[in-house]
Amino acid sequence: MMKPVFMTYTKKDLINLAVCMVLSVLVIPSFITTEYWYTSILIPWLCLALATIGQQIVMGYTGQLALGAAGFMAAGAFAMFNLILRVPDLGFVGSLIVSGLIAAAFGILFGLPSLKVRGIYLMVATLASQFFIIWMIDKFGWFKNYDSSGIITAQDIVILGKPFTTPLAMYFVCLAVTTILTLLAMNMARGSTGRNWMAVRDMDIAAESMGVSLLRTKVQAFAISAFYCGVAGALFAFCYLKSLEPVAFDIKLSFKILFMCILGGLGTINGAFIGAAFILLFPVLLNAIGNNVFHGAIDATIISSIEQVIFGGLMIIFMIYEPLGMAKLWENIKQKWKTKYPNMNIKNLTSSIGKKS
Amino acid sequence: MAQERKFKIGKPILEVNNISLSFGGVKAITDTSFNVLEHEVRAIIGPNGAGKSSMLNCINGIYKPQQGTVSFRGQQIPNITPNIMAQMGLSRTFQNLALFKRMSVLDNILVGRKLHTKTNFLEVAFQLPKVKKEEKINRDRSEEIISFLEIEDIKDTPVGKLPYGLQKKVELGRALATDSSVILLDEPMAGMNVEEKRDMCRFILKVNDELGTTMVLIEHDMGVVMDISDRVVVLDYGKVIGDGTPDEVRSNQKVIDAYLGVEH
Repeated sequence: MMKPVFMTYTKKDLINLAVCMVLSVLVIPSFITTEYWYTSILIPWLCLALATIGQQIVMGYTGQLALGAAGFMAAGAFAMFNLILRVPDLGFVGSLIVSGLIAAAFGILFGLPSLKVRGIYLMVATLASQFFIIWMIDKFGWFKNYDSSGIITAQDIVILGKPFTTPLAMYFVCLAVTTILTLLAMNMARGSTGRNWMAVRDMDIAAESMGVSLLRTKVQAFAISAFYCGVAGALFAFCYLKSLEPVAFDIKLSFKILFMCILGGLGTINGAFIGAAFILLFPVLLNAIGNNVFHGAIDATIISSIEQVIFGGLMIIFMIYEPLGMAKLWENIKQKWKTKYPNMNIKNLTSSIGKKS
Repeated sequence: MAQERKFKIGKPILEVNNISLSFGGVKAITDTSFNVLEHEVRAIIGPNGAGKSSMLNCINGIYKPQQGTVSFRGQQIPNITPNIMAQMGLSRTFQNLALFKRMSVLDNILVGRKLHTKTNFLEVAFQLPKVKKEEKINRDRSEEIISFLEIEDIKDTPVGKLPYGLQKKVELGRALATDSSVILLDEPMAGMNVEEKRDMCRFILKVNDELGTTMVLIEHDMGVVMDISDRVVVLDYGKVIGDGTPDEVRSNQKVIDAYLGVEH
């Protein structure tokens, strides 16, 4: 293990962070000018990666099989809408934080079953959050400000009096929030908080015998996870969808986040980004192949079916050959590269964001 | 054991009073009482199924006995849970290893420092100065334990990848990291070869000698038990059939009949 040079970060981490920041703040904005990339790929990628970090905390780190990330995202999104509408003094950032906290409150409520049930049974119990939150928003008109159309337009993002309405500006909002929350998640994961989570995941009886409170640790993980999902949901609605509709946060999205979490690599922060990128970009890639290689000879519906088939297949393959997901795969590739070219220093440049030491 | 001890054996630190435990109709422990004195090495022995591990699980709060009480430092503990006992200063290892398999050796031992970690998750997330200070203290102590147990070279290895003997050592290290006054060891030497057993004995005695930690251990190997313990309690079918120094126990006819298997 390398010595940390700044806070918990090693020199390698700082280089990784610097590379990611330069890429995302300078290189991407100056080379990518098409709006499509921001509105359809980069913004949802950041939002979903953030939600996946939330899923990682509860599932990858604490080992609690939870399925309902989209429910918490909906809670965050609608909380944001109502806060901006009803408490305009809070401002965008304040509303974002409070929305996260409201989602966290739901997280605590629906995390309580984890004290009594585990595994697949917990998964079923947490599904309640998914259905309850969506039902609640649909049932009580107040949450939608009595809008009858079913789809509400999200308010414009205004931070300190400045509007953030262009795709590029929204991308920067998402980037800033995601970066800060990712760093905080890394700090927790590497510190005593993360050790408690993992102790509960790996052997709860032993953790308890060491003085780790199962109640506090599990509820805390659910709360933090829901906070991340809530903030992600608010960004998802305000920067990507630009509208609020409960249908957007259905069970399919929860499953998507679950897959991002598993394919990316359970118990890794960088896996959240890799998994989200893969699941988002894969359909885009398939479509591009469909259009450019087969020139539309294959029907779009068939392509989207093929997409499902390949996802399913990949899940099975990963479960069997690399249960720790793409983050581990990436780690292995780096390891091979390192043993093959021990003197190459390029590994510093190619290392991905948020690497767990 | 003849030489002068730095920590003299003192008053009873742990008392088990009339404990009875049954699972449905099966009686695991029947009306069992014994005590453990401060700074001593106390062994619990007995044939398979005598109720030794169940006894430790009762003391530690994993099982709830139907009858009887456990007192720690003269104070009766009403609602025992593993967490409460850990806070009182009682730590333990497990019979079939209960390590955090995907975490490194160092991280496993650091979890043992949990009760010496007072910072909350927000302070950790923002890496406040006091978090760094506390983390450094905990890391230094863990490194000390790692070098005490002579496992420096494996400290970054995930525990699940280590051989059995080393895992047992890590588990002892994790219990030590709590700085508990009493450590319960459930078969610390099971499945070890002679050399590893000798090592483990050395560590148990060294801990007891240098830190004054009270050790309560369950062991099958009679030779080992007789060598390292101050007093031995013998269980058979969930009842105490012998209690005293190794020599007393050795000459106790009931014990010989039940356990040592001497022909007569």
